[in-house]
Amino acid sequence: MTTKGHDMTREMTGAEMVIQALADQNVEHVFGYPGGAVLPIYDAIFSQNQVRHILVRHEQGAVHAAEGYARSTGKVGCVLVTSGPGATNAVTGLTDALCDSVPIVCITGQVPTHLIGNDAFQECDTVGITRPCTKYNYLVKRIEDLPRVLHEAFHIASSGRPGPVVVDIPKDIQFARGVYSKPKDFPHTGYKPRLKGEMDKIKQAIDLMAHAKRPLFYTGGGVINSGRAACDLLRELVKLTGFPITSTLMGLGAFPAADPKWIGMLGMHGTLEANMSMHDCDVMICIGARFDDRITGRLDAFSPGSKKIHVDIDPSSINKNVKADVPIIGDCAHVLEDLVRLWRTNAIHPDKKSLQAWWAQIDKWRARKSLAYRSSNEVIKPQYAIQRLYELTKDKDVYITTEVGQHQMWAAQFYRFQEPNRWMTSGGLGTMGYGLPASVGVQLAHPNSLVIDIAGEASVLMTMQELSTAVQYRLPIKIFILNNNYMGMVRQWQELLHGGRYAESYSEALPDFVKLAEAYHAHGIRCVKPGDLDRAIKEMIEVDKPVLFDCVVDPKENCFPMIPSGRAHNEMLLGDAGVSVEEAITEEGKVMV
Amino acid sequence: MNAPTTSHYPAAPTAQKPETHTLSVLVDNEPGVLARVIGLFSGRGYNIESLTVSETEHRQHLSLITIVTTGTPMVIEQIKNQLDRLVPVHHVVDMTLAGNAIERELAMVKVKGKGENRVEALRLADAFRARVIDATTESFVFEITGATDKIEQFVSLMLPLGLVEVSRTGIAAIMRGPEGM
Repeated sequence: MTTKGHDMTREMTGAEMVIQALADQNVEHVFGYPGGAVLPIYDAIFSQNQVRHILVRHEQGAVHAAEGYARSTGKVGCVLVTSGPGATNAVTGLTDALCDSVPIVCITGQVPTHLIGNDAFQECDTVGITRPCTKYNYLVKRIEDLPRVLHEAFHIASSGRPGPVVVDIPKDIQFARGVYSKPKDFPHTGYKPRLKGEMDKIKQAIDLMAHAKRPLFYTGGGVINSGRAACDLLRELVKLTGFPITSTLMGLGAFPAADPKWIGMLGMHGTLEANMSMHDCDVMICIGARFDDRITGRLDAFSPGSKKIHVDIDPSSINKNVKADVPIIGDCAHVLEDLVRLWRTNAIHPDKKSLQAWWAQIDKWRARKSLAYRSSNEVIKPQYAIQRLYELTKDKDVYITTEVGQHQMWAAQFYRFQEPNRWMTSGGLGTMGYGLPASVGVQLAHPNSLVIDIAGEASVLMTMQELSTAVQYRLPIKIFILNNNYMGMVRQWQELLHGGRYAESYSEALPDFVKLAEAYHAHGIRCVKPGDLDRAIKEMIEVDKPVLFDCVVDPKENCFPMIPSGRAHNEMLLGDAGVSVEEAITEEGKVMV
Repeated sequence: MNAPTTSHYPAAPTAQKPETHTLSVLVDNEPGVLARVIGLFSGRGYNIESLTVSETEHRQHLSLITIVTTGTPMVIEQIKNQLDRLVPVHHVVDMTLAGNAIERELAMVKVKGKGENRVEALRLADAFRARVIDATTESFVFEITGATDKIEQFVSLMLPLGLVEVSRTGIAAIMRGPEGM
């Protein structure tokens, strides 16, 4: 590398530019897998110490690991894969990141420019394939464009509504020499996400909130994506107003679950109090959530009597499913700041009497104990397993990832999150196999923290090979498998909707997870009895290496409460262990104390 | 409708009345930008009735895409918002909502015939201010410019007179008055 006078620009190869750009963007770790079309970049990695490469076992795992890294730090996650199968294997991860708004920059190798379109070895139309599953993508055909494109990719991935960006670099461009420039040289002209909300609309929102009788905050992952400041402002606004707050799966942790204003997660497997409040509220303040079909249930019966305030940085999220009465386009932190300031300066005193009556109603719903389940001394109930896991880890510096299915919903219901960025789960796409590689990324970002993947035995087998990555880099992740011998959520739906015909949802021929752990040079634990659970969990925490914990749970347990399909929020299906309406009313006195 | 279905997705909403809108979309003239726009329409199940693309400002590398689409008011709003958030899209203007846009398209219409039909075709072409741009002893190619319904009408009149084929450009639209988009 030759320095050309001043330090802003230097001549180097395309491959060196990639590494230099990553370093200049403060990337510490890049998750990847080498191959023919990225070898020059791997060569550049070999001769430097700024960026550390983490070798995964499958490209899907690389993207999920980068997602875990990104979501637990708020930084951009970075991926490096080869052309053809390297790129196509990354597609699931990229789509996952798009659905859940995770900032990812994925660099893919490509066959040399003169071979593009020639059906060359390991060639695929990477930009064509990834166009619908990225926020933006590039094919770089000139070395002059490479530095700008690399920096732009980071800017686009991390600003506005975050998302994955692919930069496809042909091998000849990696070899070509050109002049590298640092990030600040490239202001993007066309792309300018709006951060500040319209003041008129914010005032309208304050007015609605001030006169609300049955208000409710409904918040989502957008608050967490907006950053720590947004979460703090949200907490302040809830405290100022005294309004109840619920959140989507993606938004858990933005508001502390220990706070009495927290009424639990909403949606298909949300609490009764959250969903009933959604249905009956008169002012809904939606911040950084998108009225997804898992949230709304039956649309024509969704919160029929409420005025809806919707804050979102992405204008296409507004009025997509549910008409907003007060749409506010802007970044959550910016809008929340305005809301808090206006509420303060206008010295608003909401209708105390109505608010009290509203809380009394919510407490009645709470008294139904919609998350209750029948405990057992014989068999471990999955809910009990999560509760014990929570009790034994809550005082530690802990991060939770999950796979997808019943265990994910139980984790969301029973693990109580107090802080943002502590909960990494695949919400939008629902990718089985997300949790294990995500925990690898989380553990790398937080080497001294306790990182637990709450898993199902079916999901975890989809990306099991990443345990090898964890062992290689001495990442002591804990894989806590709720093993019920079924694809539990599929089984539950088959039981409820398909006459109990359990087509292909039984986990036949499972491996011995303890031996599997040993085969990977990890630590295996198997637990079958409720009485042994605490001791086993403590062992899992204490062992300083990756642990595969096979927690054998009740195979027939269903995840309740739930909103059955085609039903509204006030038509929830409760488990048989909850408190009936009559009981709840008689117990009301006790609960009100 | 209230009964549980066998799907875990909510039922389709009761449909609003669909409307037709003309959208002008100003984009960076870069490789793949049209694929992004069209991919958005096919991927999200929107309709394209007509599509016209051309570079308009060479120096600034800008192209104008004019799309005629149909959908319920909520879907039309979604289409505009989804287009607007594509990175290379600068502007989306709903010409139909703006209300004062001029929409034109050009069509070339080939008609084959002899005798009275041929004379009648020429006479109608004259009435529609269509120009003859190619002629043989048994055919004409007419060039006609105008709003879509004018062209539709002309084509339907040519049908019994020996219409062979039609090639249309799709709609181009521009706002009346001194202001640009």
